[in-house]
Amino acid sequence: MSRRVRSTVFALAAAVFAVFFAVTCTELPHFGTADHPYGSRSVAAAVRQHTANVVSSVNFDQRALDTLGEESILFGAVLGAVVLLRRARDEDRAEPEPRPVLPSTLLLGAGLLPVTVLVGGYVVAHGQLSPGGGFQGGVILATGLHLAYVAADYRVLRRIRPLAVFAALDAVGAGAFTLLGFAGLLAGGAFLENVLPLGTFNQVSSGGLVPLVNAAVGVEVASGVIMLVAQFLDQAVEIDEPAAGGRRGGGAGSNR
Amino acid sequence: MSVLPFLAAGWIFLVGVYGMVTSRNLVHAVGCLAVAQSSTYVLLLGVGYRRGGTAPVFSDIPVGTPVVDPVVQALVLTDVVVGATVTALLLSLVIQIRKRTGTLDPETLTDLKG
Repeated sequence: MSRRVRSTVFALAAAVFAVFFAVTCTELPHFGTADHPYGSRSVAAAVRQHTANVVSSVNFDQRALDTLGEESILFGAVLGAVVLLRRARDEDRAEPEPRPVLPSTLLLGAGLLPVTVLVGGYVVAHGQLSPGGGFQGGVILATGLHLAYVAADYRVLRRIRPLAVFAALDAVGAGAFTLLGFAGLLAGGAFLENVLPLGTFNQVSSGGLVPLVNAAVGVEVASGVIMLVAQFLDQAVEIDEPAAGGRRGGGAGSNR
Repeated sequence: MSVLPFLAAGWIFLVGVYGMVTSRNLVHAVGCLAVAQSSTYVLLLGVGYRRGGTAPVFSDIPVGTPVVDPVVQALVLTDVVVGATVTALLLSLVIQIRKRTGTLDPETLTDLKG
């Protein structure tokens, strides 16, 4: 398809979409409406379940089964990236050379790494109380660890990030979510039903199953993101491209 | 105008699709897909907004305060996670395409193999 034909097809489709979308929008409930039937019911349910952060209650209690699916998507994507980016037969592994780092960068990185990891742990642990939770805290934990790469070099990062451990933790986190779901079945309820004591509203131990599921998700997301970033870093730092592939970093389409 | 936030979501979607259609670089196309997807965040959060409402977290406000719809916020969280994983998977595919064919231009990727 030539560029002109493609642009014409897009313009037609975009015009149709724009008209129908705009018409549909005028039929939606008004922006800022006070009438949120699902929202009001889920707020009431969260208060009943002693979970101060309603979004966490929705994610890890009221529709925890959906979150199990979402977490499986993350697990599958990490698995896919690991398979796609594994070292091919015709590629060589080169040992990365240490590079000099500015002392100020090193100081800032070394100072910020523990703080960032602590913040990540805090956000995971308080997911049932304050904004945040397993997904957000997990990403903070994973990125915090990579400050070691920014502030020092790749070999330091490899030392503080044993990939085999995080690969196992990824699976443990994903499996723990499912196992926690079986707790509901064992107690005579439904899968992923919140059967634990609900605790006192607005305390760290409140929400029943929510903090546990939240922690499982935090472990899984943190190790999943670490695995993902490791695959991409491997490509950039460690793997030598075969000569036939052309120089790395060349512009788009410049090799043909 | 009360439909403006929804229309903004549609506009972001079209901008992203336009970028994908005219893209000359696969990394750029993946970025455009992320833009198109982010329109759903705007739409969902727009649908869930309640005038005068605050964040649906009752750790420091009394229960009963009007809050925005937490259900769509949870949906947006799911959306963000799925978006990030899709981007990561697509970027690994792009790396493999670059290695196998030496190009990132979708226009030159015309050969079918296998």
